[in-house]
Amino acid sequence: MTKARSAYSISNKKEKFDTHIIVVWVDNEAGVLARIAGLFSGRGYNIESLAVAEVDKKLNISRITIVTTGTPQVINQIRLQLKKLVPVHNVADFKREDKQVIFKEMALLKVVGKNGKREKALKACKKYNPVILDKTNKSYVIQVTALRREIDKMIVDLKKFGLVSVSRTGAVAMTRGSEIFK
Amino acid sequence: MSKLYTGAEIVFKCLEDQEVEFIFGYPGGAVLPIYDELKNHKSIKHILARHEQGAGHAAEGYARSSGKPGIVLVTSGPGATNVVTALTDAYMDSVPLVCISGQVPTHLIGTDAFQECDTTGITRPCTKHNWLVKDVKDLAKTIHKAFEVATTGRPGPVLVDIPKDIQFNKSSYTKQKKQNKFNGKLNNLYSQKEIDELIKLITKSKKPIIYSGGGVINSGTEASQLLRELVDLTGFPITSTLQGLGAFPGEDTQFLGMLGMHGTYEANNAMHDCDLMINVGARFDDRITGKIDEFSPKSKKVHIDIDPSSINKNVKVDLAIVGDVSSVLRTTIKTIKKFKPNISKSNKSNISKWWEQIQKWQSVNSLGYINSKESIKPQYAVQRLYELTKNKDTFITTEVGQHQMWAAQHFKFDKPNRWMTSGGLGTMGYGLPAAVGVQIANPNKLVIDIAGEASVLMTMQEMSTAVQYSLPIKIFILNNEYMGMVRQWQELLHDKNYSESYTAALPDFVKLAEAYGCVGIRAKTPEELDDKIIEMINTDRPVIFDCLVDKVENCFPMIPSGKPHNQMILGPKDQEENKITGKGKSLV
Repeated sequence: MTKARSAYSISNKKEKFDTHIIVVWVDNEAGVLARIAGLFSGRGYNIESLAVAEVDKKLNISRITIVTTGTPQVINQIRLQLKKLVPVHNVADFKREDKQVIFKEMALLKVVGKNGKREKALKACKKYNPVILDKTNKSYVIQVTALRREIDKMIVDLKKFGLVSVSRTGAVAMTRGSEIFK
Repeated sequence: MSKLYTGAEIVFKCLEDQEVEFIFGYPGGAVLPIYDELKNHKSIKHILARHEQGAGHAAEGYARSSGKPGIVLVTSGPGATNVVTALTDAYMDSVPLVCISGQVPTHLIGTDAFQECDTTGITRPCTKHNWLVKDVKDLAKTIHKAFEVATTGRPGPVLVDIPKDIQFNKSSYTKQKKQNKFNGKLNNLYSQKEIDELIKLITKSKKPIIYSGGGVINSGTEASQLLRELVDLTGFPITSTLQGLGAFPGEDTQFLGMLGMHGTYEANNAMHDCDLMINVGARFDDRITGKIDEFSPKSKKVHIDIDPSSINKNVKVDLAIVGDVSSVLRTTIKTIKKFKPNISKSNKSNISKWWEQIQKWQSVNSLGYINSKESIKPQYAVQRLYELTKNKDTFITTEVGQHQMWAAQHFKFDKPNRWMTSGGLGTMGYGLPAAVGVQIANPNKLVIDIAGEASVLMTMQEMSTAVQYSLPIKIFILNNEYMGMVRQWQELLHDKNYSESYTAALPDFVKLAEAYGCVGIRAKTPEELDDKIIEMINTDRPVIFDCLVDKVENCFPMIPSGKPHNQMILGPKDQEENKITGKGKSLV
């Protein structure tokens, strides 16, 4: 073994990473997103995607949905550290594989090309609730809602049908059935 | 209509309602309205530091020795950036500070105005919470909330940034609503079931150890009393982190000394071999655990902490009890007395073998060193300082480095709030300004900063503060002309390449003392040390004591990097003989 030259011990343990969705209810005030994002960057946690918007105007509450990866220990820390922030009201966390929870991402896709090509593009998105938001004789803007990996795949597939621009949101989540997040 | 007050007046009304007696600060353009208002509030005294970092550390010393929050007042821009080190230090060591900073007027924010900086942005990761007040109507509410956040739950620093125009604007003042205790978040989240589980583990254990930390001190003096009661009741050995020293009497036979990187042989081996570890208000810091994969492999671990995020952060525990140490200990003791009145007897036989093992470890005398007649050994200096002051109620602060560890090892504390050191952040330059704050909170007590010559030069300017307010603090410098801990690491890990760790051209500390208008004393030989220390104690003015010590002494015992608790390096005696006795003592 080489001599450790550090004042800190080095861990060689490799643990499995899980993907988790974390939902945070916060006061909609200046700097709150910086607090959340700063917590993640400062402690070295990942953010894969992030979606924020006010959900209760009267109570001034925003709902943040964060997709993150980490070991079970890190995920637990994320949850507990978030809870310590003063503007945070509640934190919910669940695994990406959780069947009781619905996730959706939205993407806007701009396809430019001849009519036939554009129709093919539209057809390729058929499974993912395509809505044509804008139409010219050269282009379509198509809105789709799907899972992240489905959109990833679609982007690859649509390249040959004249996809020129993509705009995507982070994931949002909701529980199935009458239950709500606690 | 109720009376209108300016923002500056509201600041003071809040401070008065919070029963603040002292503010540590430094004026500047963006806080002038607040400084102007100072004269109208006789119950609040302002202590003028010489640098905002000094003001911050002084407030920390005040807070840690008094149990009350420390108040800091600084200006915008450089005032705020200078206080960042102190805020971070307070955050790491859970010290309640309320920092009020001035800001450029609201309409200039974002224009790169003179002495503007993004104070709330800069201090966001080093405070529990911070606020930029943009409307004078929110000011009172915000300041009261700031006190609440700083002092409840796990304490910590907060900052309120007040633009200059808000300090002039007028609003009515509403007294703070009755304080609710829980920071919006309850502190005591444990149940009786968990306490019962703990007691079950206590009665079954054959090799227990209690490991207490700064949480006991933060929980108030009652927590220290309860901890003593629990240790007495169970007959368990106890060790303490750097921050927890004083919660349990240092000279008690059940106390194994400090644990961790420079902890005693008995404490670290007991931690490694135990079958039950009860962590009371400590956080499994990396200086404590050493190599985490091999940390106390055979034990059931219990963690009592007020902060849920401390649980399972570094070390996975078997039983977590989230709550205030006082409350948890009180419930535990009550339950033991009710259901296991004979616990002392049954435990005694249970753990008698364990104590025999501990005594074997103790016989190694890991804090021993080879004394000298020619030069003052730093350990000897601390020991003499302790012996000559132990009849007094002495308050010790330190800087960071070898002297800090020697102080922790050789100075024994028997009361909480007597030991103020920068453990988490490890801020060189902490001790001198902290001593200023400690002396403010405890005017008639003996306050000593055990210092290193390199650290103390970082905030030496605060001597001027001590002189201004006639604070008879004693700066006891263990002067070896090196950044001792840096030199030690270079000796052990970097092939004795002493890169930049020697300070040439040090000032003459005795003359420096005189220049500041205080008293300078120098000790050069072990022979004269006692007399000089007594002279220092009997001087009723600030003193800089230049104690010239052995230049190359290392701080032992030591857990080297990346090693578990049972692989310590012992002192030089041990290395000379190069003996290896058993697996518990392998030398590196």
